[in-house]
Amino acid sequence: MSTRFDRIVEDNAWCPGCGNFSILAHLKEALDEMGLDPLQSVVVSGIGQAAKTPQYMSVHMFNGLHGRALPLAQGVKVANPSLTVIAEGGDGDMYGEGGNHFISAIRRNADIINIVHNNMVYGLTKGQASPTSQRGFKTPVQTEGVHVEPFNPIATAISLDASLVIRTFSGNKEHCKAMLKIAIEHKGYVLIDIFQPCITFNKTNTFKWFRDNVYELPESYDPTDKVNAFGKALESHPFSIGVLYKSPSKATLEDILRKESRMDARPLFSHQVDFHALSDEMDKYI
Amino acid sequence: MKDSVSVLIGGSAGQGIASIETLLTKGFKRAGFYTFSTKEFMSRIRGGSNTTLIRISKRPVNAPVFGVDIFVPLDTDSYYHAKARIGQETFLIAKKGDFECDCTLYDHDLPALAKSIGSPIVSNTIAAALVFGLLGCDVGILKEIVTELYQDEILEMNLKALDIGAALAENNGQCRYCIEPNLSDSAANDLFLSGTEGVGFGSIAGGCNFISSYPMSPSTGVLTFLAKQSKNFGICVEQAEDEIAAFQMGLGVWYSGGRAITTTSGGGFALMGEGVSLSGITETPMVVYLAQRPGPATGLPTRSEQGDLELSIYSGHGEFPRIVLAPGDPRECFDLARRAFELADMYQVPVIILSDQYLADSYFHTEQFTINPEQPAQHIIKTDADYKRYSLSDNGISPRGVPGYGEGLVLVDSDEHTQEGLITESMSVRNEQNGKRLKKIELISEEAIVPEAEGEGEIIVLGWGSTKHIIQEAVERVGDERVSVIHFSWVHPLSESQLAPLREGKQIVVVENNATGQFAKLLRIHGIAIHAQILKSDGLPFFADELSEQLASALKEIR
Repeated sequence: MSTRFDRIVEDNAWCPGCGNFSILAHLKEALDEMGLDPLQSVVVSGIGQAAKTPQYMSVHMFNGLHGRALPLAQGVKVANPSLTVIAEGGDGDMYGEGGNHFISAIRRNADIINIVHNNMVYGLTKGQASPTSQRGFKTPVQTEGVHVEPFNPIATAISLDASLVIRTFSGNKEHCKAMLKIAIEHKGYVLIDIFQPCITFNKTNTFKWFRDNVYELPESYDPTDKVNAFGKALESHPFSIGVLYKSPSKATLEDILRKESRMDARPLFSHQVDFHALSDEMDKYI
Repeated sequence: MKDSVSVLIGGSAGQGIASIETLLTKGFKRAGFYTFSTKEFMSRIRGGSNTTLIRISKRPVNAPVFGVDIFVPLDTDSYYHAKARIGQETFLIAKKGDFECDCTLYDHDLPALAKSIGSPIVSNTIAAALVFGLLGCDVGILKEIVTELYQDEILEMNLKALDIGAALAENNGQCRYCIEPNLSDSAANDLFLSGTEGVGFGSIAGGCNFISSYPMSPSTGVLTFLAKQSKNFGICVEQAEDEIAAFQMGLGVWYSGGRAITTTSGGGFALMGEGVSLSGITETPMVVYLAQRPGPATGLPTRSEQGDLELSIYSGHGEFPRIVLAPGDPRECFDLARRAFELADMYQVPVIILSDQYLADSYFHTEQFTINPEQPAQHIIKTDADYKRYSLSDNGISPRGVPGYGEGLVLVDSDEHTQEGLITESMSVRNEQNGKRLKKIELISEEAIVPEAEGEGEIIVLGWGSTKHIIQEAVERVGDERVSVIHFSWVHPLSESQLAPLREGKQIVVVENNATGQFAKLLRIHGIAIHAQILKSDGLPFFADELSEQLASALKEIR
């Protein structure tokens, strides 16, 4: 299916059959079907295989440094609130190298969509443990198996009262696309953690493993019940997918900063220096 | 009659040294004196031993001195802390028996006097009035100032304290340290600015509309200054979770069309290294205010050093252009901070404003100046559909578009990239893009500020950044006609136009507030011979009197 977000790519760095291909396709379709304009959409990414996603789309891109997509994306959004801003990367990028930024981005609540490709392994550096690798997972570095507790991004995000917390699975196209649309529609910070197999370096958490270990939340599930959502976030094997948590409505970073400094919603590049006020202010220092 | 007088107030944090500083500097300025103040303090919230030095003169004074004419220790510790600065001529205001010194004691128990009118806290106000009176100034001026600063009971208590202090001064009889004020009263109309305020105002003039920082002494002053001004000038202010994020947010803002600054000191700037490098390859402008303090690591957190010149020039992996500016006083802080935004935008490079604790925290008389009311030049272009962010150009500058303005996509990549901005491993494209970025250095060098030599002597005394006026006064004190002074405020990249005057066979003495002579090393890289170096790295700035002695003996060696 062709979309307005397609880019002709001659050389794709992903392994054939990688889960990244489906996430890329779902994302482009979701953006297209929601009528978004590529010229008003920015994807900020870090480093890793997942972080290459915007290279293969027709969209504004800032492909920055490992772990740093979130602070950069918040800057982009604050400078121009009319843009749709996505911060995208893998589990190592967002939860490992960028862990501190992940926590702070949730707390700030800029209106950005944080897409995390979660394959429970490091791909680009060739198969070491990631923050979400399960205990006992053997790698060339963790030769006796991972001996640390896996990072739980969903529980972390709920504990910080993230505006919207979603988990989905790249192998479930309908679900993944629907969840991406909900994420894009939402005003405020959204975590959308997408389970995704790494066919080269993760022989444990395979496509079949994910398929067997996820289940969709029932329609009766109430994502606004925080305590219940937190309990759900702690469950594993199987893992629930869907909108796990939705916080009470809250102001976004870009709105708060403008309100605090009495600025209107225009992009920062249209703001002018008030030299009269500057002279007056400096006169107070005589 | 002396030409200038130095007053040292000592005490622990929380004793109100800052209030005396405000009161006396405002007071002396209104009385028609040129005034300068600087402070040194320990890394404590409360307690410790801190001093503020105030100099007053008929002529402009813009540098600290070591020797103290009048010393008011508000506690015993501060007396011992500053003991080396007291000489036989020093007038010590203290209670007899509290200290033993070979100086002139003016015996008064200020805390007891303060207590007698209700609160020991106002002993600093009594001290202020006493010092003010000893210098022949009218206490009415101080009353006017406290009336502006305080209200109700606090005002009343301070007014009483001023009367007590003024009476003590009167009873002293002799006007031992009276100096003539400047009758032309031009001093009273000057701005009285710190380096911090200079950078803050300059940033506003440069169009700064976003700041994100992680607090770190001695840079935090600019962060709080811009936060205070954010409503007046429309500046988004966000405290970052760390310096890494602070820099990245700033880059995001510039990418999206805003004008951002981040503020930090050496330790924080070390964390920003990867961001500086990212700014370099993505050609995203960025402005950093780096206020130096002595390292390595935590070093002396509240003190001063010019130890991070090399860090500012070499931080960040890879090879790419950047600009480092080192202002020498608040006026230069204003001009260079404003220019930093323009340079960053124009050349799409990181620009570092390199200051230090001494300059940040010192207050200087600054002549009023007219601010050029021209809006920042618009370097952002409206993109068309086939826009390429990194298009090749003769001068290395590719027109910069921003998302949402025009018909093109703005692709920016930390990987080596094509003209379009997409990842590539093509060696030929690498050479093209790397060459394009590095070519900008030629253009940037043409912008370099060429320092004006003061004097025509065959010995050049050379400094950079915050030492500007200290060196000037030290050279004046030495009075050696063979000497000319050169001050660099643009320290990277150095251009031949700046260096040529140093290649005329003159003897060069470099003065730096660091241990290894980092600027002298830079000059040597450019083939400049250095004859002598005067270095200081104990955590304090140079003092004009101390430096003049060091200079005199260095000059003796040169025949």
